[in-house]
Amino acid sequence: MVHETFTYGDSMVHRLDPRIKVIVAIVFSIVIAVADKFSVLLYGLCFSLSLIWIARLSIKKVSFRLMIVNGFILFIWIFLPFTYPGETLFCLGPFNASKEGVIYAALITLKSNAIILASIALLATSSITTLVHVLRHIYVPDKLVHLFFFCFRYIHVIHHEYIRLMNAMKIRCFQPKTNMHTYKTYAYLVGMLLIRSYDRSDRVYHAMLCRGFKGKFWMLDHFSMNRFDIISGTVLFLIIIGLIILQWGQIIT
Amino acid sequence: MHISEGVLSAPVLITGAALTATAVGFGLKKMDYDRIPQVAILSSVFFVASLIHIPIGPASTHLIMNGLTGLLLGLSAFPAILVGLILQAILFQFGGITTLGINTFNMAFPALICFYLFRNGIRHKNPVVISVCAFGSGFTAVFLSSIFVAASLIFSEESFINIAKLVVIAHLPVMIIEGIFTASCIGFLKKVRPEIIGG
Repeated sequence: MVHETFTYGDSMVHRLDPRIKVIVAIVFSIVIAVADKFSVLLYGLCFSLSLIWIARLSIKKVSFRLMIVNGFILFIWIFLPFTYPGETLFCLGPFNASKEGVIYAALITLKSNAIILASIALLATSSITTLVHVLRHIYVPDKLVHLFFFCFRYIHVIHHEYIRLMNAMKIRCFQPKTNMHTYKTYAYLVGMLLIRSYDRSDRVYHAMLCRGFKGKFWMLDHFSMNRFDIISGTVLFLIIIGLIILQWGQIIT
Repeated sequence: MHISEGVLSAPVLITGAALTATAVGFGLKKMDYDRIPQVAILSSVFFVASLIHIPIGPASTHLIMNGLTGLLLGLSAFPAILVGLILQAILFQFGGITTLGINTFNMAFPALICFYLFRNGIRHKNPVVISVCAFGSGFTAVFLSSIFVAASLIFSEESFINIAKLVVIAHLPVMIIEGIFTASCIGFLKKVRPEIIGG
């Protein structure tokens, strides 16, 4: 379940300095989320698609991921054209679909997919441990970084524990159905996980104290930018600046 | 109950981000270093438990558990839920960078409200009062979250009103299940390890 599906690979995107990737992903997401011109969004989608292509990610896995995430977008397509005011494009029984509604739904679809593809290409291609380091470098509060790191570290441990308890339930012929027994059993399962993790967190904290923990997150490896990072970083930022000019250029001049 | 990227308008996104940043900052300030492993490991429990699918009739739902998170973590619920959502965004692309603020607020603020409403109730001596309060916490948290999600949709674009209504209605059965779930879970903790919920 918690697999870092896209993390491992040997492409230009995988090799790029993670600090650049995170900052580009953040700036690009914000620009696309507030942009409202079709041309900007189309260029944005092309940008994300080319990043995916450069990262040489499996098209099958990426499109599978996209399909799951687009569930909410499907809802928008079902409702929005029929409720958005505007001139009628076509009729479906008593409902009129407006042209503006269809345009708006298309806009949202483009935005959503451009951002998701960019975050697959830029964020999911670094391991979480690397991203934790990046967070330290971009001045995210220390405690939050600790929290993030520990949470990720223990998800695997607790998932194992969950599978063990689940197997024990299956051996005793537990079959989930719509009844109180099922809900209660799941509640007790989570309760058991909570109790065990309370004990675990105590042990972990004491182990940390034994090893001299003083509330600081030491970084053992540092990032270094080489010429390749600087050049590709500049190119990525120039493209984003291009998108900004395309969107808001006229307002400024 | 994530809102996808690209759906909400800029003012809603900015408000959400600002509110979440303030609340997370406050939550972190109140959280001492010796609480970090505990809060973090509890967030991983909530992350893992949110992958459990629970059947309702022919369909199934996954647990949200923000009511339980609120009861157990109090003010630390904001940072804990933020961390969970960041991980979901990176690992599964549910939600994303720009919606992180508003999504965290929609989940964590109800958790905090439930903490203040029901924290005394679940420490009561009478087991019936405990069950009722725990049910109330699970129910109210999901109810408020769906209302907040609906409100963020409507504030972004008025014609989202039908989708917003659907979000609330679709979560009605989830509210009841979360209520039952939280009540049984708190009852279990009270029997097995009462010091976790205090009192």
